[in-house]
Amino acid sequence: MIHRADAIAAILARLGDALVVTANGWISREACAARDRPENFYMLGSMGLASSIGLGLALTNPTRRVVVLDGDGNLLMALGTLAMIADQRPGNLVHVVLDNERYGSTGGQRSLSAHVDLAALAHAAGYAHVRLIHGLLDGGVLDEILASHGPSFLLIKVAPTADGDAPRVPHEPEAIARRFRAAVGSA
Amino acid sequence: MSSVAQEAAAAPLAQVSSTLLDLLLDAGFDFFSGVPDSTLRTLLAEAEARPDVQYVPAVSEHVAVGLAAGAYLGGRRTALFLQNTGLALAINPLATLIAIYRLPLLLIVGWRGADATDSPEHRVIGATTLPLLEALRIPYFVPDAETLPNDLADAIAIMDAERSAVVVVIRPGVLA
Repeated sequence: MIHRADAIAAILARLGDALVVTANGWISREACAARDRPENFYMLGSMGLASSIGLGLALTNPTRRVVVLDGDGNLLMALGTLAMIADQRPGNLVHVVLDNERYGSTGGQRSLSAHVDLAALAHAAGYAHVRLIHGLLDGGVLDEILASHGPSFLLIKVAPTADGDAPRVPHEPEAIARRFRAAVGSA
Repeated sequence: MSSVAQEAAAAPLAQVSSTLLDLLLDAGFDFFSGVPDSTLRTLLAEAEARPDVQYVPAVSEHVAVGLAAGAYLGGRRTALFLQNTGLALAINPLATLIAIYRLPLLLIVGWRGADATDSPEHRVIGATTLPLLEALRIPYFVPDAETLPNDLADAIAIMDAERSAVVVVIRPGVLA
């Protein structure tokens, strides 16, 4: 199976100046460990809102690629955001969900995504492109979806690993916001 | 009622609300979101209708806070239009996103349950709206129609100086 940290590293390695929002918990930690960059907004709390933060960025910076690195628990906590993204149809938004079917940062409790097809939900909501990666990390699919005219949705089924080993994001939240806005060009 | 009388009756309502939106635009706000509220209905209708206003409807108030945070990080000045019962839903991201990252955000909040005559579902949140804001240390104003422009200006000044959320609580009748 694909390991979440490997999928995150593979995506971040493919990005130029794209703006990235990372879901709270291991996804933010592993993104920071893989490739810390000012264009990463590490969402430390506010579970469920990586996708709406990404939508706000995409709508206000339509010429810039925006990538959300979301989790299955995060997506399910604010599922209505799929409808908002489909309603606004930002062409520059790529919504990636790293799906381990677990709440991995709180002890591995099961999420509902083992039995609920998140890709089908995104398709039904009206995303322009929906892809699934399962088993092997297919670089061709990553390249294709990251370059697509969105809104695009990529579901990556990842291993239900126990705790990762990435440290906490070392930056203070204020510093994350300040350097991110500078990277956007709006500081 | 004749159509002239209807217009006369409707005019003050529309005027007060358009003044609030115009004041926000004059203060540089250029990204709006919200969730429907009957107290703010004229404001919401105008925000949706005006081609010079970017208003993005949200499905819930906590998601609206995420959207506004993203728009601010993207370089905009953001305001939300919410009902107080939804303000309760937005408490988590106001604390775990807006407060800790120090993101400026203006919230215009309709106050259902401001008195005991409102319907039962608004009683508890209505009575605890201001104490909730105090507990969260979020500055707020409760203007009447006459003080609205000054209170709004003060709210915006605090928002900019503190880089924080500030709430303007709108009682029924102040806008419409």
